[in-house]
Amino acid sequence: MPLIQELDYGTPESSATEPVTLTIDGQEVTVPAGTSIMRAAVEAGIRIPKLCATDSLEAFGSCRVCLCEIEGRAGTPASCTTPVAPGMKVSTTGERVRRVRRGVMELYLTDHPLDGFTSPVAGHSEFQEMAGLIGVREVRYGQEGVNHLHAEIDASNPYFQFDPARCIVCSRCVRACEETQNTFALTIEGRGFASKVAAGAGEPFLASECVSCGACVQACPTGSLLEKTVLELGQPEHSVITTCAYCGVGCNFKAEMQGDTVVRMVPWKDGKANHGHSCVKGRFAWGYANHQDRILNPMMRDKISDPWREVSWEEAIGRVASEFKRIQATAGKNSIGVITSSRCTDEETYLVQKLARQGFGNNNTDTCARVCHSPTGYGLKTTFGTSAGTQDFDSVEQADVMMVIGANPTDGHPVFASRMKKRLRQGARLIVIDPRRIDLVRMPHIEASHHLPLRPGTNVAVLTSLAHVIVTEGLVNEAFVRERCDAEAFADWASFVAEARNSPEEVAKVSGVPAETIRGAARLYAGARNGAIYYGLGVTEHSQGSTAVMALANLAMATGNIGRPGVGVNPLRGQNNVQGSCDMGSFPHELPGYRHISEPAVRAIYEREWGVTLDAEPGLRIPNMIDAALDGSFRGIYIQGEDIVQSDPDTRHITAGLAAMECVVVHDLFLNETANYAHVFLPGSTFLEKDGTFINAERRINLVRKVMAPRAGMADWEVTQAIARALGLDWNYTHPSQIMDEIARTTPTFAGVTYDKLAQGSVQWPCNDTAPEGTPIMHMNGFVRGKGNFVVTEYVPTDEKVGPRFPLLLTTGRILSQYNVGAQTRRTPNVVWHHEDVLEIHPHDAEERGVRDSDLVRLASRSGETTLRARITERVAPGVVYTTFHHPATQANVVTSDYSDWATNCPEYKVTAVQVSPSNGPSEWQEEYRELTQRSRRIEAVPAK
Amino acid sequence: MTTRVYIPRDAAALALGADAVAGLLRQAADVEVVRTGSRGLLWLEPMVEVVTAEGRIAYGPVTVADISGLLAAGMLMGGAHKLRLGRPEELPYLAKQTRLTFERCGIVDPLSLDDYRAHGGLRGIARAREIGPAATIELVTQSGLRGRGGAGFPTGIKWKTAADAKGERKFIVCNADEGDSGTFADRMLMEGDPFVLIEGMAIAGFAVGAGNGYVYTRSEYPHAIATFNAALDVARRDGLLGPDFDIEQRVGAGAYVCGEETSLLDSLEGKRGQVRAKPPLPAHKGLFGMPTVINNVVSLASVPIILDRGAEFYREIGMGRSRGTMPIQLAGNIRYGGLFECGFGVTLGELVNDIGGGTRSGRPVRAVQVGGPLGAYFPPALFDTPFDYEAFAARDGLIGHGGIVVFDDTVDLAKQARFAMEFCAEESCGKCTPCRIGSVRGMEVIDRIAAGERVEANLDLLRDLCHTMKFGSLCALGGFIPYPVMSALEHFPEDFRPARREAAE
Repeated sequence: MPLIQELDYGTPESSATEPVTLTIDGQEVTVPAGTSIMRAAVEAGIRIPKLCATDSLEAFGSCRVCLCEIEGRAGTPASCTTPVAPGMKVSTTGERVRRVRRGVMELYLTDHPLDGFTSPVAGHSEFQEMAGLIGVREVRYGQEGVNHLHAEIDASNPYFQFDPARCIVCSRCVRACEETQNTFALTIEGRGFASKVAAGAGEPFLASECVSCGACVQACPTGSLLEKTVLELGQPEHSVITTCAYCGVGCNFKAEMQGDTVVRMVPWKDGKANHGHSCVKGRFAWGYANHQDRILNPMMRDKISDPWREVSWEEAIGRVASEFKRIQATAGKNSIGVITSSRCTDEETYLVQKLARQGFGNNNTDTCARVCHSPTGYGLKTTFGTSAGTQDFDSVEQADVMMVIGANPTDGHPVFASRMKKRLRQGARLIVIDPRRIDLVRMPHIEASHHLPLRPGTNVAVLTSLAHVIVTEGLVNEAFVRERCDAEAFADWASFVAEARNSPEEVAKVSGVPAETIRGAARLYAGARNGAIYYGLGVTEHSQGSTAVMALANLAMATGNIGRPGVGVNPLRGQNNVQGSCDMGSFPHELPGYRHISEPAVRAIYEREWGVTLDAEPGLRIPNMIDAALDGSFRGIYIQGEDIVQSDPDTRHITAGLAAMECVVVHDLFLNETANYAHVFLPGSTFLEKDGTFINAERRINLVRKVMAPRAGMADWEVTQAIARALGLDWNYTHPSQIMDEIARTTPTFAGVTYDKLAQGSVQWPCNDTAPEGTPIMHMNGFVRGKGNFVVTEYVPTDEKVGPRFPLLLTTGRILSQYNVGAQTRRTPNVVWHHEDVLEIHPHDAEERGVRDSDLVRLASRSGETTLRARITERVAPGVVYTTFHHPATQANVVTSDYSDWATNCPEYKVTAVQVSPSNGPSEWQEEYRELTQRSRRIEAVPAK
Repeated sequence: MTTRVYIPRDAAALALGADAVAGLLRQAADVEVVRTGSRGLLWLEPMVEVVTAEGRIAYGPVTVADISGLLAAGMLMGGAHKLRLGRPEELPYLAKQTRLTFERCGIVDPLSLDDYRAHGGLRGIARAREIGPAATIELVTQSGLRGRGGAGFPTGIKWKTAADAKGERKFIVCNADEGDSGTFADRMLMEGDPFVLIEGMAIAGFAVGAGNGYVYTRSEYPHAIATFNAALDVARRDGLLGPDFDIEQRVGAGAYVCGEETSLLDSLEGKRGQVRAKPPLPAHKGLFGMPTVINNVVSLASVPIILDRGAEFYREIGMGRSRGTMPIQLAGNIRYGGLFECGFGVTLGELVNDIGGGTRSGRPVRAVQVGGPLGAYFPPALFDTPFDYEAFAARDGLIGHGGIVVFDDTVDLAKQARFAMEFCAEESCGKCTPCRIGSVRGMEVIDRIAAGERVEANLDLLRDLCHTMKFGSLCALGGFIPYPVMSALEHFPEDFRPARREAAE
């Protein structure tokens, strides 16, 4: 594709519907009322010069090059700030406006480098283009007057620089920070000629509150704010639309390329999840694709204590096939399995589970969703009938009250968080239920109406208590419940929640949340015209994770907040394709589309398609695989794109299980922690190196497009196919679109999906004959399961309890600049923001233990211990400590327990009883582990050819 | 017997020693001193008025040194003295005026609501309540009152727009950021008769359905701020202000551009004072995005008398489309500086020469700048221009807020033109390009002209720049700066060609 430059209408679309017809330069055009003259002109095919206007931002009217003349009106109004009126006659090219435009442009050029050829934006500058349109031929003032031509460049940010000499003070960056990102990190400092774009209180960008989302860089018309990659490589020449491989928001990007080199990633305006916005990860942190740690050749070793030996693809694949065959021959059909990746494409995930079911003849397939949103699948399926969130992201624009629980959107889902913040600034109210005072609780122009800082592990008690208030105070939406829900289930549930032990006063005792706060939050949510629930892993990763999800579903049903825009129960999914990996049948009990393996009719579809008989019994979950490995019955595994040693709980248990296996095959970009225990390493491909699809948190199927050849020679789907073929399966896919065709053929919710359709624009499943264009909002006219099902949510405290030895509760989360186990982001300059995991501890708890800020502390639990630095903060309540799990050197999961959700085995990451004490250095385990890692990553020198 | 004496506490009088005069008088004699506003005859301040059998008798300008002599001369009985001025209302400067908006200023105790009532106050709001909001707006429209801040927009139409606009809340904002050179009417009124402004705002609030008013006062007016706040307290105690309509005074931070209505609103909201693009008009989306009437002090203070005396009474005064009276402020190098309220139509020449008495220096008048720093410089050749919005516009000038600054023949209009650009550069909010960059380049170009560098080319460039600023600027600051510059250039071209001028001399 050539370089894509989206048409810029100059001002945002009007939400009005009433049509207005006017004439611009003799051309008649009809647009909705409230449209600017500038936008109407673009509709009519006329580009009025502009600098401070861009259609992602409200009209500002400062640059004064878009002036026009209107018949019957005095003066020269700005076309960006003047709305159309019926019958208006506009002229955009009269001599007077031409003269003013030339005058203004000439003034700009008195204080701007006139370096057309050597400028880093040569040929690609909106500003230069406007100068061309306007036609200034001379700068009569000269450039000897006062100017900013020698102002100092701020290159503090790792990804972009700010060159004040090129700045025309159009405020697009400041407004983008405010209107698009909603962070308010930028401002104009000083006034008049001294006006200057400033980050924070005149700090360098890096030291300011800037979150590096890139919105300012994108908005800049002059190259004053510019990506350092462009500075280094020059301008891109073509672009490819693709989808970000970080979180579950699923932002579409234009990969802007020179040949097969990425110059920059720019959020795509037509991306339906992100509407042209991005965060620091997707926008900038893609350099890991070229990191020196990438493994580009297959490797093998006989024992995990041996060094790695680089081998050919044939040899490696051959070894995998022969080992798996050997193991199955000796230990039985069920002795091997697979783990699919939520970072790989749907097609790749589909193939991996297909490999297990068709090739291994078992259902031993699981996925990392096991450890994150498996309770979502279970809980929402049980109550509503579908294992997915109910809304699209656009729905937030109509929410009046948002309840955010166990999620930290500004760090975990920043692009969606910006949209939440925008809506909150428009007046929507906010309830935050979180042990930690996350940023959303109070930030510029945003403050939660209620923050419920509950003790970790008491979600179900608090949610049931909210229901208690709703039921006992008569706040139930009776009509909705009567019409849409199961009456008997509701009656049982209502009498349960109404019991006095579920009252806020009682629950206050276990949760630590004042009763009045619970009551206030319940009333606010129940009273909302549109109440929307957004939640994350703080809900699911508990021993009662599934119960909590159902408690949320109960609340939504009881208040009628389901089945229309602005409401719903919305899981904010962690990884780029965690929705897709679940959709694709990665779980041991489900075939694609969440159909149980025990259903003969469903099995029949695949038996026909694959020509085999399927096992009707669910296979092993990850924890079962590890347990079975320790008892000797499970001996071989193919792990695609997942690092269970770092991400799964109770690291020592996991490593013991892996060490017990005979053939561990790791398929990844890097020698990750799990690879320390692998016998075969297959080099993976990044999202830039393959075609496919990702499905985001709103069930949106987004195309991922190959922008460069796989660096190791094969895309991940090709590798899985090679294994399948080596095992004797007759797979002949030549393009991932054929895999999607197979998925569509066999999965009713995907029946209407084809690559051709997706190329026209992403769709949200279900996409089939009933909903040919997809389904933005679910359960519109009735629940998928029929009647909505209320489930009684008895609070059962976790067995993980604090006591004298472990008096504090540890909860975990993530940070904006790092992603998950950090395999990608740690290999980018994002480390400037977060180079190690730290332990947040309340001043009171720190004082008691003699811990000072930045001290090394020992964090110990019943499972293990690690050492990391302390950060003293009141963000966490007394009795609670918090850390992230981005760095393998810390290995927070050495500490977490192996308790898990009763329904889905999703680990209880969010609650671990711990003790914190001052420390002199790394724990014994950390020392040992570092040594092991170094040893197990040795690669034999390649013999000279 | 205790004699009542009136001594102004207006800032101009204070600057000339009124406090010391009052203090000494209290010590030296058995007097009850009532502090008032100023009547606006500034060359006579401090003007002391004594209540005698024949009414008030004025003396002035009185200094501390004069007190013993005055007392000895029987001042408390109205005795003769060289400073005796007689009955103030008979002084020609006052007698020639039509004092409506300022009818009480300098006469009443500014903080006595009883005094205010006794002198006709509160009849306007009573009338408004009697006829209702719609008729009130109609009456203001019929009166022909136009914005006295400078733009001259019909006040009634502005009110009607805000009244018809939909909004959860509405606001009345009074612009008391009186920053124009040579102007002081707002200050005098807030110091001398604050209740008339409160009444005017209350009428506006009643008419458009606003529950809150804000007065945005410039920080350079400490006395006005103090007096007005005290008046607000009195009005609240009296029930004139309360739950239905209350007023809060906010103080600016010294930016001229915050006198521009939209940057004033931004500043009121706590943001940096930066001009907003219009539309939306403040009447539709003003303070905090709500429908807002924003009027100048004098406009709002003129409303009570219009309600009280009726639209007809008011509109009969004036000329053309400029109806009613204008408090004109005579300043600069002028003999009789002060406030002169009269109907529109008086000529510039009458104001400067007949009323103002020519220059204070005694040298010939060479130029007057009307309408503040954005106003045009007029030579005596244009002194036949009547004081009227349209007449001034027709001669590329403006009456602005009614300030007139007089210069004698020592003035260098090239320097004044440079000053205009310098002022614009200093006060520009920086939002729009023509003003932000243009003003700085304007200074530089004029400097080059003054240095004799390529004079004709630079003069052309200056004219071009003025065109760009006039038609390109976002607000009147950049948009009107060409008026002083171009008028200087047009009427005083010789000042821009120093070499030629010197040669001629």
